[in-house]
Amino acid sequence: MTNIDLRSAKRLVEAIRLGEVSIVDVVEASLNKIKELDKDINAFITINSKKALAAAESLDTKLKRGEKVGALCGLPIAVKDVISTAGLETTCGSKILKGYIPPYDATVVAKLKEAGAVIVGKTNTDEFAMGSTTEFSAFGPTRNPVDKSRVAGGSSGGSGAAVAAGMVPLSLGSDTGGSIRCPAAFCGVVGLKPTYGSVSRYGLISYANSLEQIGPFAANVDDCALLFQCISGWDPMDSTSYRNPPKVESSKICRRVAVPKEFFGEGVEDAVARSVWRGIEALKDGGYVVEEVSLSTLDYALPAYYIIAMAEASSNLARFDGLRYGLSLKSGYRDWNTYFSKCRAKGFGPEVKRRILLGTYVLSAGYYGAYYLKAQKIRNILKTQFQQLFTKYGLIAGPTMPTTPFKIGEKIEDPLLMYMIDINTVPPNLTGHPAISVPVHKEGELPVGLQIIAPYFCEERLFQAAKIVEESLRRQ
Amino acid sequence: MPKRTKLGVSAVKHLAWLTRIDLTDKEAKEISKQLTKILNYFSKIDEVDTSGVEPLYHPLEIGKVSRSDEPTPFPADEILKIVPSRKGRYVKAPRIA
Repeated sequence: MTNIDLRSAKRLVEAIRLGEVSIVDVVEASLNKIKELDKDINAFITINSKKALAAAESLDTKLKRGEKVGALCGLPIAVKDVISTAGLETTCGSKILKGYIPPYDATVVAKLKEAGAVIVGKTNTDEFAMGSTTEFSAFGPTRNPVDKSRVAGGSSGGSGAAVAAGMVPLSLGSDTGGSIRCPAAFCGVVGLKPTYGSVSRYGLISYANSLEQIGPFAANVDDCALLFQCISGWDPMDSTSYRNPPKVESSKICRRVAVPKEFFGEGVEDAVARSVWRGIEALKDGGYVVEEVSLSTLDYALPAYYIIAMAEASSNLARFDGLRYGLSLKSGYRDWNTYFSKCRAKGFGPEVKRRILLGTYVLSAGYYGAYYLKAQKIRNILKTQFQQLFTKYGLIAGPTMPTTPFKIGEKIEDPLLMYMIDINTVPPNLTGHPAISVPVHKEGELPVGLQIIAPYFCEERLFQAAKIVEESLRRQ
Repeated sequence: MPKRTKLGVSAVKHLAWLTRIDLTDKEAKEISKQLTKILNYFSKIDEVDTSGVEPLYHPLEIGKVSRSDEPTPFPADEILKIVPSRKGRYVKAPRIA
């Protein structure tokens, strides 16, 4: 079986359940597609062919025997390489973890396996998820399947590109400041950053704990919702996961959409604004009421975000010592501090070094109050403003990214210029709200994503709105 | 208010020591320029009046989490397999000077 379309998870599950195709057929089709396309795209760091085929065979046997196979019923899935997979190398896109094979599965990976998914490989990422283009991966940049001279976005660029290229129907990414929504927007697929605490982070190698969530990528909204259902839920291994999320009442304001003018600030390309407004118009046509608002603190979200993210990163990345796992230096440094410093210098790339250094600076005595504490106060103001807005509106919308995907190498030399493209994606990470990116560009144009943000635990509302946009633009 | 216009080479070198990342002089110079530019951008947050505002360290309120005090099995031998250099059940490390 070679002509298997891997772009619809739902259709594939149906075909497998009806016996039209076997799971081995589907997984082989995915592996073949990866083999054919990935030398040009570089979405994968590790390909898991042998184990994936063995898992597929055993799932086929289960199906034949009439045993229960979960909702993902043999679907091939790609997992970002910052998420631990037992027995399968997990590098975080860094030389410092090269060769590291986790002894355990992240909770989301265990959940995928329970749901019957087959992991075909680990996807490329900016080193430790620090970046917005996947250019900071020690394994080379991921290229955008839409135009291979352009970036795929990041940091979960491999997961976005793998779905966009039709190598897998589903993938997992992680989102600390837009790392799922950015590649979703740039590659023209759907990506969700769930509510903080709704998906377990156990086994996600930490970059900035208070900001990041694992979330799904898919080629369409329904598939994204399906994967979210499979990975969400309380986990005793993650003390920040929610045991009993509050029940969300449906009301009239659910269909009221706020569009902050700050989301269309300086730096937003005309082509992006045009496409995003088409998406917003589609919501209007679908019966939503849209109003423009102003949220002044949004202008300060970006610096506040980077201060907090770097501070948390400097603490989290202290664990990489070159002794217990991953990279180790053979040459005999006899002194602990020298060995430690040489190993980290060799293992970390430039962006990771910058963030550790600056994160340490903003946490140091004399600067803590002016940077770190101040940023956390701004975070509180931002959360309050979002919560106030959500008493009148059910959703907030705007462009996911200010630009369309740019050329590889265009911004890599200027760290600050690179940070600037995260301007619209960081606010929901600071506040913990869920946010989705759904494609709104016309066919033949460079991809553009519409970002929709909802109150806590209202992912369902995001899927409903995103689906209206998706269907309306498909008809056009 | 601390002065935040420049993060010089010696300050970068000190941070490199604190974070145990060996930097060459050339790297320190380049990083000093980059970090200074980023810090100047960060100072934009000074424009926000935060008097009377509490810091928010975590997006959601999550209550106390505890479990019963019972040991769970720990696969120490499995975990030791990933250690690059060890002697028996010990991780081999350089001397602390």
